[in-house]
Amino acid sequence: MAKKFLSGNEAFAYGVRLARPQVISAYPITPQTIVVEKLSEFVEDGSLNAEFIHVESEHSALSCAMGASAVGARAFTATSSQGLLYMAECLPYAAGGRFPIVMMNANRSTALPWNIYGDQRDSLSQLDSGWIQAYAKNAQEALDLALMSFYIAEHKNVSTPFMANLDGFVLTHTYEVAEVPTQEQADAFLPKYETENKMDLRHPRNLGFSAGPDTNTFFKYKEHLGILNAKAVIGEAEEKFERIFGRRYSGLTESYQIEDAEYIIITLGSISGLVREAVDALRKEGRRVGLLRLRYLRPFPNEEIAAAVRTAKALAVLEKDISFGNEGTVYTNVNSALQKADIHIPCSDYIGGLGGKNISYEEIKHIFDRLEQLQPTVNFLGIGGEGYGN
Amino acid sequence: MAISAKTLNETEFFYGHKACAGCGGSLAVRIALKVLGENAVAVLPAGCMSAVGFNFPQLCFGNNAIISTFAGTASMLTGVEAGLRAQGITDFHAVGFAGDGGTADIGLQALSGAIDRNDDILYICYDNEAYMNTGIQKSSLTPFGARTTTTPAGKNIRGNLRTKKNLFEIVAAHGIPYAATASVGYLNDFMRKVEKAKHIRGTKYIHILAPCPTGWGVSTDETVDVAKEVVDCGLWYLAEYENGEFTLNHQPKSFSDVSAYLKRQSRFKHLTDKDIEIITQSRDKKWEFIRKNFK
Repeated sequence: MAKKFLSGNEAFAYGVRLARPQVISAYPITPQTIVVEKLSEFVEDGSLNAEFIHVESEHSALSCAMGASAVGARAFTATSSQGLLYMAECLPYAAGGRFPIVMMNANRSTALPWNIYGDQRDSLSQLDSGWIQAYAKNAQEALDLALMSFYIAEHKNVSTPFMANLDGFVLTHTYEVAEVPTQEQADAFLPKYETENKMDLRHPRNLGFSAGPDTNTFFKYKEHLGILNAKAVIGEAEEKFERIFGRRYSGLTESYQIEDAEYIIITLGSISGLVREAVDALRKEGRRVGLLRLRYLRPFPNEEIAAAVRTAKALAVLEKDISFGNEGTVYTNVNSALQKADIHIPCSDYIGGLGGKNISYEEIKHIFDRLEQLQPTVNFLGIGGEGYGN
Repeated sequence: MAISAKTLNETEFFYGHKACAGCGGSLAVRIALKVLGENAVAVLPAGCMSAVGFNFPQLCFGNNAIISTFAGTASMLTGVEAGLRAQGITDFHAVGFAGDGGTADIGLQALSGAIDRNDDILYICYDNEAYMNTGIQKSSLTPFGARTTTTPAGKNIRGNLRTKKNLFEIVAAHGIPYAATASVGYLNDFMRKVEKAKHIRGTKYIHILAPCPTGWGVSTDETVDVAKEVVDCGLWYLAEYENGEFTLNHQPKSFSDVSAYLKRQSRFKHLTDKDIEIITQSRDKKWEFIRKNFK
């Protein structure tokens, strides 16, 4: 294991190299470019033995990855924002075909207006596409997630594509020290991809077929079970990961100071680092505040959320997203988890960081202050007011 | 021994499907797979052939086959080829079968990308000159004057106002290792071209004219005959592009009557003598170019 000073994109690329993908297809888009540049360097210097395909669009990037996966090859691609939307047709296609492709998405705002900076509108708009969705908080987690994503996606009980999300610029371009495992360790962790869901010259198959009204629901239900099964496999992968690499992850969520917390911010991605600092500061003042980070949005951590908020008096969801005409998508999902668990505490939505707008430490403290007033509201941070969107 | 109907593989790879009677496209797919053999890995986009051949549990390909997205025939073929090669497998033929809309319209970008990369794939366009699967709508390969459901022939507009996109030469302009035109009316020529493409490394493209009785308005037993006649009257031609040069494979001594070819199809029934004159002139201009530039 070696320590390296890496950006989130670079860390992810190191993780992908350790997973030994056989086919990489990619099209450049800011702020994803560095991950594919790095991978092309690895292919050039011989440290990664993969077919690197220079496709002419994101639609082709994922279509190519599906072709590779459909013959049993391990496939990787990466994109962001407009690119993710341009390949959108291929997302449910890959999920329905049960092709366990891994894709890194650099979370970026979606046009119009044009904006290259980070928010989570791109991936959250594709939440229903049938992909596993994970959100990393730092470079180390990005690297580890790259390696674990193949394990989880390719597991025979899962067979579901995996989208690993890194906040654009804030995570993709920020340099941190990360431990890069050895190839021997990685090989001990990640088995070779084996599947029967492939076109095999010895046993020809017809894949990607039509299924009419009589059979369609069965296929969709099986797809649903696959992504639900990921929950157990994520646990299994993390246990094995800890045994080999010594780093521990906590499944679909990561909690901080929630055991006795009265006020909890639920968020995802790199902003959780700043929330954690606010929790530390407020805890010193004797305030019982906590943080729940959603590491996975699909499968959704319904039970984990319900268990985490046992002692809470009020909750806030902080997300870089808005489902226009309603509220933040994460907020909708969290409220569904609370409702199913018969938990009735005020839960507010804070929409911030759109188009890369900075979310300040003061704003996070202010969210905790406001939570004590107990009214559930939908709020937009950074436009000089409170309670917008109600 | 040269490949022909007499020496063709007896094994069927595409059968039990529900293509319309007289379907030219299914004939092209069937024959091509017989030439390529059991190790063909076929990619077919949304369109006629996937609609008729992949209805679970009635799956109609004896070889490996998959439906791609409409735009994704070439890009999925690229992935199939790269994925098999990355696993050390080399004894296969990655082949795509896409219609005129799937090739010349929505799939052109992906096709251009694959040719640009010179991926080792064979792309076969079965051209029935409109979006037949969705009910006969105009594509960029619909010929001038043809009536489709989106180019109705009325008092003000008499069918399709645009000429057929010259896809064979567009593909050749990429500097592709091998490209050819064909017709289901000249199947021995088509078989020979598929056989040739089978042994060439890099991207290969074959554009086969494949009449659709439903969309063209001919009887179901006229497919092969009308596909011969389109070549004989000079509105289609059999050619190859290789090593930077065009070769004409079939030189009609004299053209048969354009008007007879058009008038037998209900999609051209409304054409006036003036329209037919425009089509004939355009044919003659094309052949002037062919005689000048093709070997």
